Amino acid sequence: MEVDVMKKVPVREQEPLVRAKNFDEVCYGYTLEEAQAEASRCLNCKNAQCMKGCPVSIDIPGFIQQIKEGNIEEAYNIISKSSALPAVCGRVCPQETQCEGKCIRGIKGEAVSIGKLERFVADYAMEHGLKPRKENEPNGIKVAVIGSGPSGLTCAGDLAKKGYDVTIFEALHQAGGVLVYGIPEFRLPKERVVAKEIENVKALGVKIETNVVVGRSVTIDELLEKEGFRAVFIGSGAGLPKFMNIPGETLNGVFSANEYLTRSNLMKSFREESPTPIMKSKKVAVVGGGNVAMDAARTALRLGAEVHIVYRRGEEELPARVEEVHHAKEEGIIFDLLTNPVEIIGDDKGWVKAIRCVKMELGEPDESGRRSPQAIEGSEFDIDVDTVIMSLGTSPNPLISMTTKGLEINKKKCIIAEENTGKTTRDGVYAGGDAVTGAATVILAMGAGKDAAKAIDEFIKG
Amino acid sequence: MYKILSRTNLTDIIIKMEVEAKRVSDRCLPGQFVIVRCSEDGERIPLTICDYDREKGTIVLVFQIVGASTKVMAELKEGDSFTDIVGPLGMPSELCEMDIEELKKLNLVFIAGGVGTAPVYPQVKWLKEKGIKADVIIGARNKDLVILEDDFKNVAENVYVTTDDGSYGRNGNVCVCLQSLIDEGKTYDKCIAIGPLIMMKFAVQLTKKLGIPTIVSMNPIMVDGTGMCGACRVHVGDEIKFACIDGPEFDGWLVDFDEAMRRQTMYKTEEGRKMLELEEGATHHGGCGNC
Ligand SMILES: Cc1cc2nc3c(=O)[nH]c(=O)nc-3n(C[C@H](O)[C@H](O)[C@H](O)COP(=O)(O)OP(=O)(O)OC[C@H]3O[C@@H](n4cnc5c(N)ncnc54)[C@H](O)[C@@H]3O)c2cc1C
Ligand SMILES: Cc1cc2nc3c(=O)[nH]c(=O)nc-3n(C[C@H](O)[C@H](O)[C@H](O)COP(=O)(O)OP(=O)(O)OC[C@H]3O[C@@H](n4cnc5c(N)ncnc54)[C@H](O)[C@@H]3O)c2cc1C
Ligand code: SF4
Ligand code: FES
Repeated sequence: MEVDVMKKVPVREQEPLVRAKNFDEVCYGYTLEEAQAEASRCLNCKNAQCMKGCPVSIDIPGFIQQIKEGNIEEAYNIISKSSALPAVCGRVCPQETQCEGKCIRGIKGEAVSIGKLERFVADYAMEHGLKPRKENEPNGIKVAVIGSGPSGLTCAGDLAKKGYDVTIFEALHQAGGVLVYGIPEFRLPKERVVAKEIENVKALGVKIETNVVVGRSVTIDELLEKEGFRAVFIGSGAGLPKFMNIPGETLNGVFSANEYLTRSNLMKSFREESPTPIMKSKKVAVVGGGNVAMDAARTALRLGAEVHIVYRRGEEELPARVEEVHHAKEEGIIFDLLTNPVEIIGDDKGWVKAIRCVKMELGEPDESGRRSPQAIEGSEFDIDVDTVIMSLGTSPNPLISMTTKGLEINKKKCIIAEENTGKTTRDGVYAGGDAVTGAATVILAMGAGKDAAKAIDEFIKG
Repeated sequence: MYKILSRTNLTDIIIKMEVEAKRVSDRCLPGQFVIVRCSEDGERIPLTICDYDREKGTIVLVFQIVGASTKVMAELKEGDSFTDIVGPLGMPSELCEMDIEELKKLNLVFIAGGVGTAPVYPQVKWLKEKGIKADVIIGARNKDLVILEDDFKNVAENVYVTTDDGSYGRNGNVCVCLQSLIDEGKTYDKCIAIGPLIMMKFAVQLTKKLGIPTIVSMNPIMVDGTGMCGACRVHVGDEIKFACIDGPEFDGWLVDFDEAMRRQTMYKTEEGRKMLELEEGATHHGGCGNC
């Protein structure tokens, strides 16, 4: 296979106009031949910059060299030492700002396609039944993990490898956190990828008890005092949706992105036969410009609607990953930028009929460096829609902090935890992921889970 | 897990089940609810906890068949299991948080309508255990739809049954009954009304006029029941509350019932279609006239 060393080996994708009508995965991933060709672009740097950009410090040149030589199993062993969810990360990590953002190849040409290579290795491992290895014999010491998102799964997996008897408590009926209820099938297949990676964590001996809302079904105090857990890790995420507080937000046809995505992903309502309904919309406005907004928009599109992204800043300020914006545009999502909703208008039966917006212009950059948008007076106009999906961010659910003695939170309702250990203000209780940082990324949540596993091990061994 | 230990039909369409759910029965209090699923890809259905036995590790659910999912649930038999039960969810009834001595001084009246009669039961039972008296008005359309009357007689001070058609007990709806009790000289300091939205709406209109502060239990459409989706938004005064975490009980004087009723019909057409599919099976093609 011919390789242009300056460019990534292209990856095959479903045609935009075909995939806009189905929920199958957009990206097909590399074949062995393509993966080896891409791997040959890696310079195997002594002082590998890519690793510095990886929050879980995967030995990137190490596994890429193994691909080059055709030892995919060995490549998998290298990755799985550092990451419990490589098939997920290879698909959803923002590599462009992490490992690939730092890759030496990226200075003159395109960075090595580290994410796609990681995905290739993980998919190969799944197809060939490769599993992560346990490092220590069971020690019988019980540790509880709250939440089965990336932070909880990672923390649980690492502790189980060290020999601990770990139980994950999950509020929903299915494990996976945002990976199952938030990120859509067409970016992250649930049965083929997420369920398999969770099986791998279980294969290390981790138990998962679903349908347990900690704070309601049981408290952290009870877990520590009555159920014999020596330590607790909180990885409960940031699931509480925000609304805009503009008139009309309780009209029929206004949803949070969380509700819309949960119906489609967790409850599978994108399938005709699912008993859980989802709105059959004709024209949808998605308010917001992040990854979650892109996912909601692309879901609505696949369910047959014309979809507008309504975002108050400009294209450059869109917080979503470049790849997601690119995919959304290819599929035919319409971007109404520098546009801000001021009211949702209903018909006489209380259903959404339009969203009233104002045009915005960007002022001077604020402290965060982002230019703050200001409304242009008299620029009000209506976009006729039957559905509005609010995607304005989320914050941590206060349920756990409200019901746990001595667990402190900050102004943003995030649990206060030490940077490199996840240690909270309550002895024996650790936390990480979105519950601590607010909405962030899969890999940062995993990094936090890893750090906490190490700290919990040190805490218990005293 | 979640095994059904007993099942009784209270009416043709209201079913009572006692189910194993240890984590729920350990901690639940009156006013809280669970979310159940009865098949692998089933809908998440919120149901109020209508009784609980901490020793046996069981809870009692009472539900009415109204749509596709409750219909599937009604097919479960003794010995079968629910796929999932999560809870207890929501806040316990305000009564459980109040000072017992204060409560003893109050004249309490419960208004229970239709299947909403069942969730009233654990509250009255809890009060009785604490030595607190309460009157209960049970409303139903007709004699055949009156449920749990005997159970209430064991725990309530007075039980007044009223039917819309007068076929049993008093004649008229629950509002007529409350008004006549007041006319007969009863006084109440607090009312708890649980039933269909339309009943709660009119009950609240009356208690406002009578000056009796009233708690209602809201049953909006829900998905997760943990505060994650916002499907359960209700206007209470100027504020938007999530019924699954802030409620489900709210100050009835402040609830926007018209909005709540409108929001409950959000999926009506789609649910209606699902119900039809279920009834007519695969042969249903939308009634083209040729099939
Ligand atoms: C639609 C969407 C798209 C995204 N896309 C990307 C992407 O492309 N790339 C990327 O890197 N990141 C993405 N993110 C962000 C990323 O998914 C999150 O940062 C990450 O999942 C956080 O992991 P976590 O383990 O902290 O929490 P979560 O994944 O949120 O998991 C928390 C879990 O805890 C459970 N829980 C909560 N409270 C309790 C309780 N009281 N008791 C028991 N269990 C509880 C929840 O049910 C949930 O399962 C996206 C997020 C969303 C919503
Ligand atoms: C906190 C809470 C507690 C509840 N407790 C009980 C209970 O103890 N017993 C019980 O029988 N029901 C209870 N409900 C209502 C029950 O959840 C619904 O009846 C059920 O979800 C309907 O599902 P379905 O698919 O069978 O009907 P659907 O097909 O979804 O609905 C059929 C009809 O019922 C209406 N409907 C939809 N959702 C609701 C709802 N949440 N409440 C009332 N009507 C609705 C629809 O508009 C439609 O006309 C409770 C609801 C909540 C939110
Ligand atoms: S920085 Fe780029 S070229 Fe260097 S080792 Fe990492 S992936 Fe290979
Ligand atoms: S049901 Fe989802 S937030 Fe209340």
